[in-house]
Amino acid sequence: MEYYLQLVINGLVVGGIYSLVALGFVVIYKATKVVNFAQGELVMAGAYVCFALTVEFSIPFLWAFLLTLAFSVLLGLAIERVVLRPLIGEEHISVIMVTVGMSSVLKSLVQLFWGTQIRVYPPVLPSEPVVIAGLPVAPVYLAAFALSAVLFAVFSVFFKYSRTGIAMRATAFDQQAAQSMGIGIKNIFAMSWCIACVVSAVGGVILGNINGINAHLGHLGLKVFPAVILGGLDSLLGAALGGLIIGVLENLCDGAARQFFGLGGFREVAAFIILVVILMIKPYGLFGTKEIERV
Amino acid sequence: MQGKCGLFFTSYRGEARIFRSGFQKLMVGLFILALLAAPLALNIHETSVMNLVFIAVIGAVALNLLTGVCGQISLGHGAFIGVGAYAAGQCTLHGVPFPLAILTAGLITAMVGMVFGVPSLRLKGIYLAIATLAAQLVLEFVFLHGGALTGGSSGLLLDPPTILGFVFDTEARMYYLLLFFAAAALLMVANIMRSRYGRAFVAIRDYYLSAEIVGVNLFWFKLVAFGVSSFLAGVAGGLWAHYTGYISAEQFNIGLSISYLAMIIIGGMGSVLGSVFGAVFVVLMPEALNALANSLSAAFPGISQSLVALREGVFGLVLILFLIFEPEGLVNRWRLVKAYWKLYPFAH
Repeated sequence: MEYYLQLVINGLVVGGIYSLVALGFVVIYKATKVVNFAQGELVMAGAYVCFALTVEFSIPFLWAFLLTLAFSVLLGLAIERVVLRPLIGEEHISVIMVTVGMSSVLKSLVQLFWGTQIRVYPPVLPSEPVVIAGLPVAPVYLAAFALSAVLFAVFSVFFKYSRTGIAMRATAFDQQAAQSMGIGIKNIFAMSWCIACVVSAVGGVILGNINGINAHLGHLGLKVFPAVILGGLDSLLGAALGGLIIGVLENLCDGAARQFFGLGGFREVAAFIILVVILMIKPYGLFGTKEIERV
Repeated sequence: MQGKCGLFFTSYRGEARIFRSGFQKLMVGLFILALLAAPLALNIHETSVMNLVFIAVIGAVALNLLTGVCGQISLGHGAFIGVGAYAAGQCTLHGVPFPLAILTAGLITAMVGMVFGVPSLRLKGIYLAIATLAAQLVLEFVFLHGGALTGGSSGLLLDPPTILGFVFDTEARMYYLLLFFAAAALLMVANIMRSRYGRAFVAIRDYYLSAEIVGVNLFWFKLVAFGVSSFLAGVAGGLWAHYTGYISAEQFNIGLSISYLAMIIIGGMGSVLGSVFGAVFVVLMPEALNALANSLSAAFPGISQSLVALREGVFGLVLILFLIFEPEGLVNRWRLVKAYWKLYPFAH
């Protein structure tokens, strides 16, 4: 029993990071209808930039973190302006493939600069575990979870009440109507890429603090698909819940496979088997918008 | 240039012809002769690159039929090729003759592809892309943990193909075998595209509702598209397995799927000739990069270490540049060049 409780807690922490990455994904999809296959590489980029700033330039962690966020904003602007804007209105596959190409470029840049070996962040938080409900939990996990929760709260408020947030929702709902009400669509697109890059970078820094980073961190981006499909491609709440649910389910399946079949590595596919099931039963997810088509 | 200028078809049969003029037939004939003579002039390394091109051509034309012609995005093509490789490998390991093993591999892969194609009736566009991505990752897991069937992480060792006692154990011999299969695959897809099925695929790609209204059975035709595409992918996989003599799970990862998608985008979606261009381009790109790195290594000593990373980056960059500046692919450039010479010297 304790084994499974531990799995659930680990799942929640990993799920919190999935949620963050999924948040970036959903923000982009909501505003621009672009499916971003480079989401994991954005996480990686943020993680490596923060790593370089703290370790190689020995800037205090907090400042390095803020600089990383600033860098992410610039990265988001650059990606939107250079890569995505020429493809507005192109077919699904072109847009998907351009983000795939982007992920290759980002991955290779990271490998060129830092190689493929694993890098470890200098410890920021104390390593002594905190005991919650009789189970030891590392403070870094707690911080990770808290940070994701805060970010979700901030973005929920942002989308609900701020002018920009309302403009973004309007754009997502009907681009032409939004445009005719005087909303600059291109700024909204740029904005959503910035947000996606920033939340991904936060996810990357958290991950770096937990496990260290290597050039295969981008693989995490794939794990986001089950989470957002479960939640619904265009729902923020869905991203949050989907990430947590997938994180927990994946950990439980992996643990069960290990215990009953002695099968390692099931974690890698558990989420995708869940994904296929969701797609067959409820393709628009728990909270996604249903696009009804009738003839 | 003796080709006709304008359309002068007097029958449907004439319009459906693959080769429309004597000149075209002559050029294609010369090209085939050149291909047949090529191993005499190429060294072993160049022949092996050509062999990889032939295998890639089969895979690319298969994916192009599914994604370019029928509009069903598949991110699982690499895994389908893997299914073919393992199926053919198991067949020959159990003593099935090579041609039969390739056929069986194709059929098994077609079946697997159709199973994963069933969701295509419910899912469109990016949902289908993500479903096929799931297929890719699940199949990868099966390859790695398939026990005796896939050899697990140590993979399978295979003998070179043998047909009626003739062993294809040199690059030049493989060259002719693979050339035959690539040509057959191209002819097959070209013929499917001008048949009733091909037109139905295009109708589904262009707008599925209108297709259904004019009487195209969406489920059946999508399933056929997945089936035929996977069949050819399986053949490509079987050939690859026996060409390299070794198969392991990491050969058929998501990267392979992506590079096949890159081939059809760079070559030209929905075009048989485009698949060939794309396959040639994507296979030759790392070769060109290697050559470049070798010539630059005097000036930049560290360049060969970063070659792997560089290769991936250049691949991504090329993909992005093609999508932005030449979304119709190389085949469009080829058409423009042909049109230029047809009208020469009167450009307008």
